[in-house]
Amino acid sequence: MRSLGLSGPVLVAAGCGGTGAELARFGDLADLGGFVTRTLTLDPRFDHVNRISESPSGLVVEMGLPNPGVDAFCASELPLLVAAEVPVVVSLAAATLGEYAALARRIATAPGVRAVELCLGAADTGAPDQFAAREPFHAASVVAAVRRELPADVAVLAKVRLDLPRVVEASRTVVEAGADAVVVAHPLAALGERHSSGALCGPAAGPLARRALQEIRAQLPDVPTIACGGVGTPADVQDRLAAGAVAVQVGSANLHDPTTCFRLAAALRDRPVSDPTTGDDR
Amino acid sequence: MTNGADRRPVHVTADVVSAKRIGAFTHLTLRASGISERFRPGTFVALSHGADRSLLARRALWIHRVRTASAYGPCLDVVVDPVGTTTRWLAGLAVGASLELTGPLGRPFALPQEPVPCLLVGEGVDAAALFPLAERLRERGCPVHLLLGAEREDRLLSALEARRTVRAVTVMTADGSVGLRGSVADRVAESVRSSSAAVVYAAGSHATLRAAASAAVEQGAWSQVLVTPSMPCGTGLCHGCAVPVIAEHGAARTVRGCTEGPVFRGDRVRWDAMEVR
Repeated sequence: MRSLGLSGPVLVAAGCGGTGAELARFGDLADLGGFVTRTLTLDPRFDHVNRISESPSGLVVEMGLPNPGVDAFCASELPLLVAAEVPVVVSLAAATLGEYAALARRIATAPGVRAVELCLGAADTGAPDQFAAREPFHAASVVAAVRRELPADVAVLAKVRLDLPRVVEASRTVVEAGADAVVVAHPLAALGERHSSGALCGPAAGPLARRALQEIRAQLPDVPTIACGGVGTPADVQDRLAAGAVAVQVGSANLHDPTTCFRLAAALRDRPVSDPTTGDDR
Repeated sequence: MTNGADRRPVHVTADVVSAKRIGAFTHLTLRASGISERFRPGTFVALSHGADRSLLARRALWIHRVRTASAYGPCLDVVVDPVGTTTRWLAGLAVGASLELTGPLGRPFALPQEPVPCLLVGEGVDAAALFPLAERLRERGCPVHLLLGAEREDRLLSALEARRTVRAVTVMTADGSVGLRGSVADRVAESVRSSSAAVVYAAGSHATLRAAASAAVEQGAWSQVLVTPSMPCGTGLCHGCAVPVIAEHGAARTVRGCTEGPVFRGDRVRWDAMEVR
């Protein structure tokens, strides 16, 4: 099993840490187990926006995937993250398998990237112009297209759709296609205020993600999983690790309080991740 | 960063040391260690509902006044317009209550190098951000003209203290209950001319900001506008407060109101592309 290249159990989830510089004003990024970038595309998406509205204990986020494109990211944002000595996980989304491969080739030569995360729910949740991984084999074809372009020391994390009846099958399929871990899970499609079609994030989504994690752990005990969805307290982190996740991602809790990920990492520092796939030498 | 000072925002627990209802608004004085010292006019604080944890997004508040030394230590005043669940909760806070506060956030107003005449155009609760700016401009020797407006008298911030700071004040209400009848958006062009302003600073509705920006362009003045989209995090993490602008090299871009703003050059905002709440 390939190392995931993480340095601790608490990661920042995609799209919830800015470019890294904004989060670094509230803590030392090196204290985190990893930083997942906002989702990057091959071409810039300058005029796409995220539309965020509140729902009870949740945020509905229309994910427009605003980003400067992978080249501008590698030139101006990646060096800061690498210099901050936080393991960098680059989140990727693309419209076609060919674009996914091109993105992976670009990342393959970018120094300092530990892993890529494939945002397999983007098409459902605000970016309908992106590749729709509706079936497990769609997700697997994305993983295969990316895996073959990447060097051996860059891990592939597949962030699967939170589609309970299919999530175990999707996880098995993406791992067979070369994914090193499954991120459980991309938030569910939801409808926000002013009918913006987005994804439900935050504590409201926590129980759904926990259930998916439980199913995957029960049926695929050898597949490394990273929990994402509703993680905001040390108890949430302990809960997900106890359920078998090798790490957790902190998302909307950071938007509510930008010190959350640092507080959780500090709370967990005395409890290192037990799974050897994180590359920990202890 | 200026003068090597640490301008990074902090996340602190603040105490309410005074709460006063003035008209439709509640003025809160908060003891917020670290924020007052780092404050520059135009920056803001972000907070959440402290009692209802089911509300996750942040609210931005404009800073009306900063006291680096008072009986309570460094304090800042914010003006709360109780229009939503969180702002109503805030307005109901009693002296002694505490809340978590992040700030100061965002880019401040740019100040002129020379003591040139400046026009400050403020409307409703957003005008709060202009009061500390007026003091800073006076310290620099800039003659300041203030054009202050609101829909009604109870939504008009008091210009009483500002009269000591600024050279001239024009007050307007939409219903004519105080001062001139009308909106500041309709008056701003005339005020730019009569004040011979070299810089126009504006805080208020979309119409007011836009009118201030275009009046400044017509008169050959600079403008600095405080753009206030809703800011789900306020800290630059979520990319949810889009402001359409023209970037340095002339290309159209969409940037974050909380991080690249909230203060923008008026001639750089793409007003037609802005989503108006």
